[in-house]
Amino acid sequence: MEPPPPSFFSRVVLALSCFFRLLFDPGFAARVLKLASAGEPAASPSEPQTPEPPAVPEKDDSPALALLAAFQREGRLVDFLEQDVEAFPDADIGAAARVVHAGCRKALRAHVPVERVRKEAEGSTVTVEAADVRAVNLTGNVRGEAPYRGTLRHSGWRATSVTLPEGTPGHDERLLFPAEVEL
Amino acid sequence: MTARFAVGIDLGTTHSALAYSSLERAAERPRVLAVPELVTRSSVESRTLLPSFLYFATESEEPLALPWDEKRRFAVGDYARTRAAETPGRVVASAKSWLCHPTVDRRGPILPAAAPEDVEKISPVEASFRYLDHLGEAWKHVLGGDAPLAEQAVVLAVPASFDAAARDLTVEAAYAAGMEDVTLLEEPQAALYAWIDAVGDDFRKHLRPGDVVLIVDVGGGTTDFSAVQVGENDGALELRRIAVGDHILLGGDNMDLALAHRVRARLEENGTELDSRQFSALAHACRAAKESLLGSDLAEAPVVLASRGSALLGGTIRAALTRADVVETVLDGFFPVTTPSDEPVKRARGGLRELGLPYAADPAITRHLSHFLRRQAGASADAGGTMLRPTALLFNGGVFKSQAIRDRLTTTLASWIETDGGVAPRILPAYDLDLAVARGAAYYGQVRRGRGLRIRGGTARAYYVGIEGAAPAVPGVEPPLTALCVAPFGMEEGTRADMPPHELGLVVGEPVRFRFFGSTVRRDDVAGTELERIRPAELSELTPIEIALPAEGRADGEVVAVRLESQVTPVGTLLLEAVPLNPKKPDERWKMELSVRESPG
Repeated sequence: MEPPPPSFFSRVVLALSCFFRLLFDPGFAARVLKLASAGEPAASPSEPQTPEPPAVPEKDDSPALALLAAFQREGRLVDFLEQDVEAFPDADIGAAARVVHAGCRKALRAHVPVERVRKEAEGSTVTVEAADVRAVNLTGNVRGEAPYRGTLRHSGWRATSVTLPEGTPGHDERLLFPAEVEL
Repeated sequence: MTARFAVGIDLGTTHSALAYSSLERAAERPRVLAVPELVTRSSVESRTLLPSFLYFATESEEPLALPWDEKRRFAVGDYARTRAAETPGRVVASAKSWLCHPTVDRRGPILPAAAPEDVEKISPVEASFRYLDHLGEAWKHVLGGDAPLAEQAVVLAVPASFDAAARDLTVEAAYAAGMEDVTLLEEPQAALYAWIDAVGDDFRKHLRPGDVVLIVDVGGGTTDFSAVQVGENDGALELRRIAVGDHILLGGDNMDLALAHRVRARLEENGTELDSRQFSALAHACRAAKESLLGSDLAEAPVVLASRGSALLGGTIRAALTRADVVETVLDGFFPVTTPSDEPVKRARGGLRELGLPYAADPAITRHLSHFLRRQAGASADAGGTMLRPTALLFNGGVFKSQAIRDRLTTTLASWIETDGGVAPRILPAYDLDLAVARGAAYYGQVRRGRGLRIRGGTARAYYVGIEGAAPAVPGVEPPLTALCVAPFGMEEGTRADMPPHELGLVVGEPVRFRFFGSTVRRDDVAGTELERIRPAELSELTPIEIALPAEGRADGEVVAVRLESQVTPVGTLLLEAVPLNPKKPDERWKMELSVRESPG
């Protein structure tokens, strides 16, 4: 909630105090200048601020790479996705799918266990309350306000927890799977 | 420092685990420590089971960094197990089986057995120490440095069938890890404690005076039997461990390997050859397929081996494990329906003997069990039958996750007992087949402080020293050997055995060796009992013991008259000492070494 704007009298007091601070506090003056040029409400002038612009947090790819590495290690997922499946009969694809399924399922359950968003059976009629709308993709004849009634087509997934392998210091996180050379 | 936690450690052949409970908060149930371990060469995960494997890095390899040590040159745990399949020569495995191997130098650098020249081999004792050390470091990393593991009340679980020397060496590894307050506990007892902890006060409803609980513990590499008698004293239940089985080097890993051999034979018939890596992956895949078949009505379960190259399609080998495979190999091979008089096969079989370890010659766990029950017929108060007749059965070990295996063992055991005029035993529900030993050991840490029911029992064997008689030498005939009982069956921790004076002459300055024997069946011998004949059915020979009298105060070569004294230390190890009849100084005594370097023959 935004606080209500100050009264006329408070504004007079503020203008006078700012007048003197502008004259004698260069840092304060710099911040007011920035505020005036931006034309946007910003942090209150009395709040101390660092002179540098706030640092953009560095993009951290390591959790995503660690998860992908786990899927490759346990279930050969990258091998599977990178191979051209067109040339192979379904029996070969089936055999490979068992490797991928068994391993990736193990990795999924170890690192990102999931639960169904909706516990009802798929195909059953369900009611979507207003509070639940965020986790539901409404399709078909969508109109009006919650609660909605409709047929559950996909029960949805939600991660119940995330426990990723911890990379050791200095390791190459983009190395998803080392090459193997047998001596 | 006073201990703040009771810590239970299961130092298993294939997996280790640690559980702990506070000694400051009364009746806190044991929790299992999630142990950070390397799972690849560059990532760490926390798991409740620490595979008992140790991998040595090469010089050019990057360090195997852990959160608490960035420069490490070796790895313990899951990654080491992976490496065991990839480069077996650099990995120590089954250290525990070597620790109880009677004819190797267990303090000598012998592991990994097939190490290349750039690996500095270590002893089975040091391997055990490294696993304990990893647990200690993990403990510090997870719980902080306020209460180091070395200062806690640690209970180490060991197989009930471990002899005095193997128990000694386990404690030696714990001392090397800096642990000051260590106690040993037999694994099947730990499993029973875990059951008592899980059932809570209700356990009194499950057990009645007169009950005999049989604990069948089949781990990854060993099988261990124990029997616990339920008694009553002043209206309170009493538990006493009355019998333990022999050391049987046979476990769940053997079952998976046997299945893998079977599937490999079929693949080879069809022209598909497997290398050693693929074979070890096959054993792993067979375990999963076995569990799925034993837990369902399926006729077969697919076994797929991913290609070694990145081309998954086309290179993946597909086979199947059938219900017949599992029934014939696992159920009929390891748990055959037998009669109580069937004896375990003695001759060596191919396939089970690898790595030089003395694997059990007969894979049939049921035959080992009936052998145990018949040998221990006299162990319980119930003297009616020709065998020990348990009234309750507790399973332990991952093998028993399978209902079909539990059922097979239960019905076979029931038929033996009913034939013998007894009543089929009840099944005590097991709660955590993988972690019960660690949990139960932590629970025992509380029991030692007076919280809860204690299983009594003392030493599981009587111990004997072989003494050569002074008979005239006859060519071609060995001098007669008598066995002198030095520690009776069931000696409790912290007690001494009174030896009647039995003079032995020891030569000063040179080590004197004695043959050493143990018996799990001679319950009535007291310290000082002499057996004129050594019957192999009753007494099994252990690693010889040795004593070296220092020359100080005496002349080299002088013969000193001594008597032997034995005690079971509070830790649970056997201490044998020689006390001179004419001491040169007060309280003069010399310790006998239990596990000396062996030179067989």
